[in-house]
Amino acid sequence: MKLAFVISFAAAFSNLAASPVVIGSKKFTESYVLGEIAKRALNDAGVPTEHRQGMGGTIILWQALYGEQIDAYPEYTGTIAQEILKTDRALSLNEIRDALAKFGVGITESLGFNNTYALVIRRTEAQRLGVRTISDLRNHPELKIGLTHEFLARHDGWQPLRDRYGLPQQNVIGIDHALGYAALANGSIDVKDAYSTDAKIAEYDLIVLEDDLKFFPNYDAVFLFRLSLRPDAIAALRRLEGTLDEKRMTTLNAEAERTKNYTRAASLYFEGGARSTTSAFGESFPHKLSRWTLRHLQLAGVSLALAVLIGIPLGIFASRGGPVGHTILGFAGMVQTIPSLALLALLVPLPFFGISVRTAIAALFLYGLLPIVRNTASGLQDIPRSLRESAVALGLSPAARLWQIYLPMASRSILSGIKTSAVINVGTATLAALIGAGGLGEPILSGLNLNDHVTILEGAIPAALLALIVQWLFDLLDRVLIPKGLRL
Amino acid sequence: MNALVELVEVSKRYTDASALHPTNLSAVCGKTTVLIGPSGCGKSTLLRLIIGLVEPDSGAITFNGLRITTGNIDMLRRRIGYVIQEGGLFPHLTARANVLLMARHLGKSHSEMRTRLMELCELTRFSDNFLERYPLELSGGQRQRVSLMRALMLSPELLLLDEPLGALDPLVRAALQKDLKEIFVRLGQTVLFVTHDLAEAIYFGDEIVLMNEGRIVQQGSIVNLRERPANPFVSEFINAQRRVALT
Repeated sequence: MKLAFVISFAAAFSNLAASPVVIGSKKFTESYVLGEIAKRALNDAGVPTEHRQGMGGTIILWQALYGEQIDAYPEYTGTIAQEILKTDRALSLNEIRDALAKFGVGITESLGFNNTYALVIRRTEAQRLGVRTISDLRNHPELKIGLTHEFLARHDGWQPLRDRYGLPQQNVIGIDHALGYAALANGSIDVKDAYSTDAKIAEYDLIVLEDDLKFFPNYDAVFLFRLSLRPDAIAALRRLEGTLDEKRMTTLNAEAERTKNYTRAASLYFEGGARSTTSAFGESFPHKLSRWTLRHLQLAGVSLALAVLIGIPLGIFASRGGPVGHTILGFAGMVQTIPSLALLALLVPLPFFGISVRTAIAALFLYGLLPIVRNTASGLQDIPRSLRESAVALGLSPAARLWQIYLPMASRSILSGIKTSAVINVGTATLAALIGAGGLGEPILSGLNLNDHVTILEGAIPAALLALIVQWLFDLLDRVLIPKGLRL
Repeated sequence: MNALVELVEVSKRYTDASALHPTNLSAVCGKTTVLIGPSGCGKSTLLRLIIGLVEPDSGAITFNGLRITTGNIDMLRRRIGYVIQEGGLFPHLTARANVLLMARHLGKSHSEMRTRLMELCELTRFSDNFLERYPLELSGGQRQRVSLMRALMLSPELLLLDEPLGALDPLVRAALQKDLKEIFVRLGQTVLFVTHDLAEAIYFGDEIVLMNEGRIVQQGSIVNLRERPANPFVSEFINAQRRVALT
């Protein structure tokens, strides 16, 4: 009885605390723009909403939605059938709706446009070779093909497409979507995958190769949302149905890429409609910078504090050698060898973690552990035997020996381990943006997506400065924390 | 003559071939017993056994009639002073903090500690102006004086000195020898003193214990050792050092 009360109270409380609706988006321009449109639409409907931009690919977004870390995100019907429901059959919207309901997920009607996959080629090249359809590629095995990593792996992606058309090209590389356009423009590759509403198609004077064998299914844009989402939020999403045709979406995408401002592009959608009461226009740069920096410091700071709290005791155990010591140092060393991206990817599917700040902090914590453990252990092991014995012979208790003699004597080594961890964490925290945890990696990631150097530098320069400041602060800390007698 | 420390059939084997064979030894109250012999003969091991830095494989060690065990060793360590060749001072603590370390740990009062510290400075001829210095700011001789103060802080019944003057230059060494001897006499201190220098052994030793290869070879006064050597090693050891001293 009492327990039931506590549970229902906790549930009520968590509902209150988790009030803002979270919209996710994938890592490409159109998804960002649709995410911003949804955020604005919900905010206008009086539903507090935030938008986690560019969280990753289909599987990450789907897991985030299924795992209740986000409430809605823009998706495409073809992708749902192939990647989420894993079927090769073309499904009707009603079939998809029934299948998704089992996961507690709902789907809107089409937003009004079909953003199908397509292969694109430079117009000049197409005219020179006389290529108009995908079938025509069969006669040109020398063409270099650059594809997004997602398209390379998709069930409706490169492998089945190649089998269906019998394409002979061997020279196929994986490349980021935005970088791929630059590569196409400068001739590093000849053919790439695209979304039919990409603004870059017109910008770079590319043509879409006709899918003459009708390989690609329909990719009608829709919103997926949790069925448990508050009804007014669902209603606001559904009001977006049928309001965007292909031409309009392409215009919005072009606007987003031209201005580097997704919020502004999304606001074009609402022009002529009711004006938003809250200013949905882009925040000022200083405001954004302070938001990124604060989050960055939060990620690096919390993970460092955890690494210190756990790393120093582990280092003390490790300094005693034996199987336990070797195991601790071995484990910490092993974690360090996992590439940071892979570590993030490994943590995301675990129950407690998912797409969240928690995951970023956990990964950074694991990274920061080794330098602290190793330096604590070696600092303690480097204390001369005669001094250890003097402490014992005096009759000091083991705790007093540790706190008054051993740790102060190892302080220089321990602090330098903490400094190393801090600098590593400030640098690695830029990767947290990959899983939607924000920080200075956010502009770096957006800049990579847009192939825009200025945006990249907006994140990269502050991140580098931050690392320098951290280094300098620790040099200062050395003077306070290392006993004077050891600095002579 | 009552013994303060007594070792009965104590032995210790190390992983390398060196070992202390079953040995009997006692340190008499108020006297200085000097352990002498070539390096590796086991003389330092005897001190380390008493202060509990190594545990004996067999035999028993008693302190004031009380058998030393792992249970009472920390309590007994506070009644024994221990000084090693390099001093063993903690580099992150000032001379004062080194000397007061144990007294603070045991929660002695400030006035008690200050009085004792001044006594010790006077006793060891250490200028109290240097008390705020760190070990690295002190000369070798000063460091050994601080180390001695630390060992004497709690007025120990027994003082263990393991080649305390071994690393000092001859002039400093001579001055400290003289001061140490005065201190021992003034305090009526029971001392176990390890050295490999015969002249030093003769200068300090009420009783000289000559060791070789993990065994006590002969024990007694220097006259005893010189006039009635127990075996050829004894006369060889004494004559070798005397020859060096004469040349």
